[in-house]
Amino acid sequence: MTNDVVTSTYRLQGATGEWEVVIGLEVHAQVTSAAKLFSSAATEFGAEPNTQVSLIDAAMPGMLPVPNRECIRQAVRTGMAIEAQINKYSRFDRKNYFYADLPQGYQISQLYHPIVGEGQILLEADEKAGIPEDKIIGIERIHVEQDAGKLMHDQHPTMSYVDLNRCGVALMEIVSKADMRSPAEAGAYIRKLRSILRYVGSCDGNMEQGSMRADVNVSVRKPGDPLGTRTETKNVNSVRFVMAVIEGEARRQIDLIEDGGTVVQETRLYDPDRNETRSMRSKEDAHDYRYFPDPDLLPLELDEAFLEDCRASLPELPDAKRARYTGELGLTDYNASVLTAEVETFARFETLLAETAKRLGKSEAEVATQVANWTLSVAPGVIKSLGEEAKLEHNTASAQAAILEMQAAGEVSGGQAKEIYEIVLRTGGDPAEVADAEGLKQQSDTGAIEAEIDAVLAANQDKVEQYRGGKDKLFGFFVGQVMKATGGKANPQVVNELLKAKLG
Amino acid sequence: MSVDKPTVAKIASLARISMDDAELERMVPELNNILGWVEQLGEVDTSDVEPMTAVIPNTLRLREDEVNADGLTGGDRREDVLANAPAAEHGFFGVPKVIE
Repeated sequence: MTNDVVTSTYRLQGATGEWEVVIGLEVHAQVTSAAKLFSSAATEFGAEPNTQVSLIDAAMPGMLPVPNRECIRQAVRTGMAIEAQINKYSRFDRKNYFYADLPQGYQISQLYHPIVGEGQILLEADEKAGIPEDKIIGIERIHVEQDAGKLMHDQHPTMSYVDLNRCGVALMEIVSKADMRSPAEAGAYIRKLRSILRYVGSCDGNMEQGSMRADVNVSVRKPGDPLGTRTETKNVNSVRFVMAVIEGEARRQIDLIEDGGTVVQETRLYDPDRNETRSMRSKEDAHDYRYFPDPDLLPLELDEAFLEDCRASLPELPDAKRARYTGELGLTDYNASVLTAEVETFARFETLLAETAKRLGKSEAEVATQVANWTLSVAPGVIKSLGEEAKLEHNTASAQAAILEMQAAGEVSGGQAKEIYEIVLRTGGDPAEVADAEGLKQQSDTGAIEAEIDAVLAANQDKVEQYRGGKDKLFGFFVGQVMKATGGKANPQVVNELLKAKLG
Repeated sequence: MSVDKPTVAKIASLARISMDDAELERMVPELNNILGWVEQLGEVDTSDVEPMTAVIPNTLRLREDEVNADGLTGGDRREDVLANAPAAEHGFFGVPKVIE
C-alpha cells in the first residue's frame, strides 16, 4: 500500500544537499457518543469538573468495564469509510503507565488486535496547495481506546488540578503509514480525514475542543536512502501546527545530522508560542508500557448483521459525492471540491438544489450550476456585506429558491436577485412581494422594450449606419442605451434578441 | 526466560514499587521461579489448539449508549468520586504539581 509511485517534489535544502521528509500521523479522534467507552457517564464537552465521572472512570476497586456498542459501531463505520479491513475479532489490552490524569494506572487500548486494519485515504491534487497529483495515503490501522483526564497547572501554586470528565471517553486512534512527504500533504491528509469523520458522524472534528489531536512522526533522509530515525511530537491540535511541527522538526533534524549529530528516537512536545518542539525527558521510560490483554474484557467479536448494519448506515462519502457533483451535476472541479469539503456546505447546497429544481420543474443537473454559484459566491457575499443586519433565520431554502426561480425565469436580473435577497435577509419578506414592492423586476415585455429600442435607434441614426457598415462593436453601445432608457430594468437577453432583429 | 537484578529493579520502578537491595535480591529468584513454571506450559504442543479466552462459551457483552443508565456506572456523583481524595478543591482533585 505504500505509495512510492507518486513522488513528492518537496525537498529541504541542507548544507550537504537536498533532504526528503517522511511523515506519519497518528490522529486521535474523539468518538461521537452520548456515554463513555466503558461507563455510562456523559461525554459532553464543558461540564463542571468531575461531574461526568463514574466509579468506573475513577477506577474504584471492583468496577468492571462494559464497552459501549455505539463507540464500537462508530469505529467500524469509520473503518468502512476509509475502505479498510474490519476485524471481526479484536481485543483490548492494557497500556500501563502512571500519570495523574489516568486513575486506573493503565489505558485500555488495542495493541495486538485492533478493530480496523489497513485502509486508505485519497488526497486530491491541489497544485496551489503543493500537491501536484492525486495521492493515496495508506492507513495502517484504527483502534479504540480510552481518553485520559485533564490537568490544569495554573490554578494553584503547588498543586495541579485534575478533572476526570474526559477520562474514559472513547477515542479512535487512526494510524497512517509513513506515506506523506511534505507538510502540505500532512495538512491535506488531516483535512480529508476530518471531512470523512464528519460525513460519517463518528467524530465532530472540533480541533479547538481537542476532538482531534495528532501525534506527528517525522524523519529525514537523502532521497533514495533508507528511512532515518524518527521523532514523535505529541498532541498537536491544529492543521497549521501540524505543518509547522513538520517543517521545524525536519529542519532541526537536518541541522543536527549535518553538524555530525544523530537523531534520537524520542517523544517531543510542541510549543506553539515559540513554534518549536522540545524533548519530553520525563517520559524516558514511557515507551515501556508492558502491554497485556485486559483480563476484564473478553475478545470483541462482531457478527455479519452488525457489520451490515454499519455498512447500510454510511452516507455518501466525500469522494463519491465529489464525483457525482462533477459527473452527474456537471459542476466544475473547483465548485465540487468546495461544496463537498464541509458537511454544512453540501447540506445547504443539496437542500437548495432540490427546492430549486422542484420549483422550476427541472432536473437537478439543469439548475446545479446556478445553485452552486449562488451557494458558494452570491449568498455568502450578501451575508458578509450585511454583517449583523443579516437575520439568518430568514435565510431559508424556500426563500432562496424563490429568488433563483425568478432569476431563472428572467423576471429579475442577477443584480436584482442580490438586492431582493438582501431585503429578505433583513426583513424576512416574501421574495416575490419584495420584488414587486421595490420594483426589482426586469422588463421582459417585448412591446415596451421594442418601443425603447425604436427611440434609441431613431436618436442615433448615424451610429446605426456605421453599425450596418460593419462596425460590430457598436452593438454594445445600443444595448447600453436601451438599458439606460429602461432604468436598467430591461431583461438584457430580450434586449439583445430584439436589437439583433431590428439592426438586421 | 529469566530476569536479573537490574531488570527487576526496572520493573519495580515502572510499577512505582520501592524496593531496597535486599528485597531486589530476594525477588530475582522468586520471579525466575514463576517464569520457569509458566515456561513449562510451552512444553505442550498447542499448534492445533484454538486459543481459549473463557472456560464457558461466552462473548463480550456491549452496553447501549445511554447516559447515566444506572447509578453504579453513571456520572453526576462528584462528592462520591472525590470523597477519598487526599486533596480536592473546587471540584478538582489536587495533586502535587506535574509540569512537562
